[in-house]
Amino acid sequence: MKNIRTYLGGAVSLLVLAGNAAQADSTDPIIIPIHNWSSQIVMSNVVGQIFENMGDNVEYVTTDSQAVYESVRLGDVTLELEVWEGAFGASFNTALEKGGLHDAGAHSAVTREDWWYPLWTKDACPGLPDWKALNECAAVFATPETGDKGRFLGGPVDWLKHDQERVDALGMNFVVVNAGSAAALWAEIGAAEAEKKPIVLFNWTPNFAEAVWPGEFVEFPEWEAGCNEDPAVGPNPDATYDCGNPANGYLKIAAWDGMKEKWPDAYEVLTRISFTNAQIAEMAKLVDVDELEPEDAAAEWLAANEDVWKPWIE
Amino acid sequence: MAILDSTSESDARRIARPSGVILLLCLALAAALLKPVLPAFLIRVPEWAVLPYDQWMQWLFDFIKDDLGLIHVTRTISAGLEWLLDITANLLYGKNRWPHIGPLPWSAVAAVAAVTGYALGGTRMALLAGGTFVWVALIGQWDLAMQTMSVITVAAPVAVLVGLILGLAAWKFPRFERALMPILAIFQTLPFFTYLLPAVIFFKVGPTAGCVATIVYAIPPMVLMTALGLKQVSDEVVEAGQMSGSTRWQMLRHVYLPSARTELLIGVNQVIMLSLAMVVLTAFIGMPGLGAKLLSLMNSLKLGRSFEIGVTIVLVAVTLDRCSKAWVVKQPQHFERGTPWWQRHRLLLIGIGAFVACLIAAQFIQLADHIKRGQDLSMGSEIDDVIRAILSNGVITSTTEWLRWFLITWVLIPFRNALLWLPSTSVILTVAAAGCFVGGWRSGMIAGAFFGIVALTGWWDRSIITVYAVISAVVLAALIGLPLGILAARRKRWADPILLACDTAQTFPSFIYLIPAIMLFGVNDVSVVFAIFIFATVPLMRYTIEGIRSVPDELLEAADMSGATRHQKLLAVQLPLALPTMAVGFNQAIMFAFFMVIIAAFIGTQDLGQELQKTLAGNQLGKNFVLGMCVALMALAFDHVIMRWSANRRKALGV
Repeated sequence: MKNIRTYLGGAVSLLVLAGNAAQADSTDPIIIPIHNWSSQIVMSNVVGQIFENMGDNVEYVTTDSQAVYESVRLGDVTLELEVWEGAFGASFNTALEKGGLHDAGAHSAVTREDWWYPLWTKDACPGLPDWKALNECAAVFATPETGDKGRFLGGPVDWLKHDQERVDALGMNFVVVNAGSAAALWAEIGAAEAEKKPIVLFNWTPNFAEAVWPGEFVEFPEWEAGCNEDPAVGPNPDATYDCGNPANGYLKIAAWDGMKEKWPDAYEVLTRISFTNAQIAEMAKLVDVDELEPEDAAAEWLAANEDVWKPWIE
Repeated sequence: MAILDSTSESDARRIARPSGVILLLCLALAAALLKPVLPAFLIRVPEWAVLPYDQWMQWLFDFIKDDLGLIHVTRTISAGLEWLLDITANLLYGKNRWPHIGPLPWSAVAAVAAVTGYALGGTRMALLAGGTFVWVALIGQWDLAMQTMSVITVAAPVAVLVGLILGLAAWKFPRFERALMPILAIFQTLPFFTYLLPAVIFFKVGPTAGCVATIVYAIPPMVLMTALGLKQVSDEVVEAGQMSGSTRWQMLRHVYLPSARTELLIGVNQVIMLSLAMVVLTAFIGMPGLGAKLLSLMNSLKLGRSFEIGVTIVLVAVTLDRCSKAWVVKQPQHFERGTPWWQRHRLLLIGIGAFVACLIAAQFIQLADHIKRGQDLSMGSEIDDVIRAILSNGVITSTTEWLRWFLITWVLIPFRNALLWLPSTSVILTVAAAGCFVGGWRSGMIAGAFFGIVALTGWWDRSIITVYAVISAVVLAALIGLPLGILAARRKRWADPILLACDTAQTFPSFIYLIPAIMLFGVNDVSVVFAIFIFATVPLMRYTIEGIRSVPDELLEAADMSGATRHQKLLAVQLPLALPTMAVGFNQAIMFAFFMVIIAAFIGTQDLGQELQKTLAGNQLGKNFVLGMCVALMALAFDHVIMRWSANRRKALGV
């Protein structure tokens, strides 16, 4: 029973509102989607708390990370803070074409998504991280379902990766097995950890897994523009996808077209927001390693990094 | 799920025509044996014959949404739902919405739950209901649980109300019933991935979409039980009502509904259980609370805390289940004329008193109001360590490693390849033969046509991989579940623990055992089959126990008198008589398996589930719906054949 407190709080905020006539943002809540990985949840809470500091109302809604773009387009959700080039680029572009949302800036963080292994794998396959060395010890990664070929554990199919194409283009001795969720990937690493079994799988950065299981990306032929479309680009002249993923993919922010009119101040701040890889890793760590709840993690991060976010709201 | 059959009870008399069955089977066999010389279009439906159904569906969908303006209707409905959800959200966890009263202190909610439990089922129920809420608060999940409850307290009553109205309509107008039943059957078998996108587009992402998906999923049993209950009201009761000059409304209110009370309440119980089953799945479309937290915990491999959430969901489910069942059994209480008001409503007054007392206490004592972080008793990381120690135990890992190798190389992959090798015609003919065997040509046509449509969509290979996982898991479940069920039915001491284990396995969120399954068996078909197996064993055991227990005592005595040994009695009397009921359990197991095989896409599969998951990325509604229909049609073909067989057996046995 906090009604007395709530009413008091309401009265105070009304007074504040009256005093601050320049406030043009709508009092409707800004809806921020949260997904099921920690850095995104904490970042959403950080930005939400910044907005609340400015006097806006904020609400969070849990959504699927692919279906969310349809919701941003329709205005049901106001923005999306982590648009990963590799994982969500396709959904984002589809929604961009249909109209209703736009690109509201990018973080300075770069994302990388590629074949990855935990460090203990190196004991069984010392030539790593070179992809040719990986290919030579393919047998180490064999499982009953892949026969004598090595198994590469890919991400869920809805992340729309082209691992199979790459295996074919580079003539690798690997079979791609797709896990159905991020949780399935972690479960496999967790199981391999006990016996230090070699494993090579899809992973990305920034991500909590780096803090729990130190590891490295496999170095494929470096990505160049056109590698995925033009067979001539890359080592194999007859095939596309014969190179690694870009090592510096974008991490964008998407906003609903109506946000600019409805919450101009918040929108202005949103376009200035930019986090770095280190900051994102720190946010994830507060939840995944220090076991804080996302709201508390966000509050803690804001308190410790005033010099980062204060300039954005001025 | 005997929905399709209830409409065609009359032709159950048309028993199998052996010649037709043999003919179909021979054709199927011939098609398989002659595969090398078979024309290509009989092996797989050729590309050119696969029409662009997905584009048509997409077009139809856009037409309904935009041109017919359905989206405005649904958005109005969702605004109404949102208003209700805001009220419960404010009361239960203090969301900043009208009426700005909440959140209610946990102690007050727990006190009301305990008193309600007492009113329904005495001290034991009071302890269970109160204890559940105390556990939720102490473990530090109060807000999460209340977020979940805030949606369920809206979804379940709405589902009951809508189900009641539809059930009444189905009872009044047989033509409406005939149209409604197939639709309900499809709704129950459509995979949940197919609900996802429409729910988000039409009803706005967030609690509203979660609420709508829950309602849609939970309505069918309420409709069925309402129609069933009203049909069973005896003529004498109806005549008595008419003689006392009741109006039509009075007849319904005072004669029909009270007489159908038991069935209606069983419907309510089913609605509640199905709503809880959706807690985790609806988190994908914005349902807040336990499910959403569970998904994010799983994604950072926090097994311990996920496990605690699972326990909470089970406790809440068991509480609501037992309370609603106690309500079914409890007969309305009647008081003598002149009993004072306070005596008639004694428990209500106690409940209000406890509630107010806790409200007051909460103003002064923080612990009675809410439990802060750090004050809770969560043992997440300790449980984590225990689970990991078990999963990395040498004996266990070497066993599972062998099992994995054996099942993959010698059972699953050969079986899958064999099914994929078969020409589609011979699979369709076999299914038709099964239909023909149990229900004559009509059933044969239906079952064959369902699989035929699947072949025409061009998704045959993926559909067959789906069926392969379902069959493998159900066979495994039968091998283990049936003996356990028989054992439990014959020894009373075993029955209760096994039934409790069944309840737990069924309500424990399936996501939680996906992870240990992967840690034990890796990302492959063994994990998939294992996950489905856990889910599918439950109905098999339950219906076996039920079937054997309900064999009439006279028959058992007769067997005893003719000097049958225990073994003979089981084989010659109990099992044959229990078989129709066991078949229903078998059918349930298959339906559950079709549900779970799609969820197993989260482990990693190559079946329809994976393809469905892919459609979410591109918002391909048309394709999504086509795939969903493939799953539903195959499930319905199985449902039709097994339920028809069970009905025939029942008739033959005269039970």
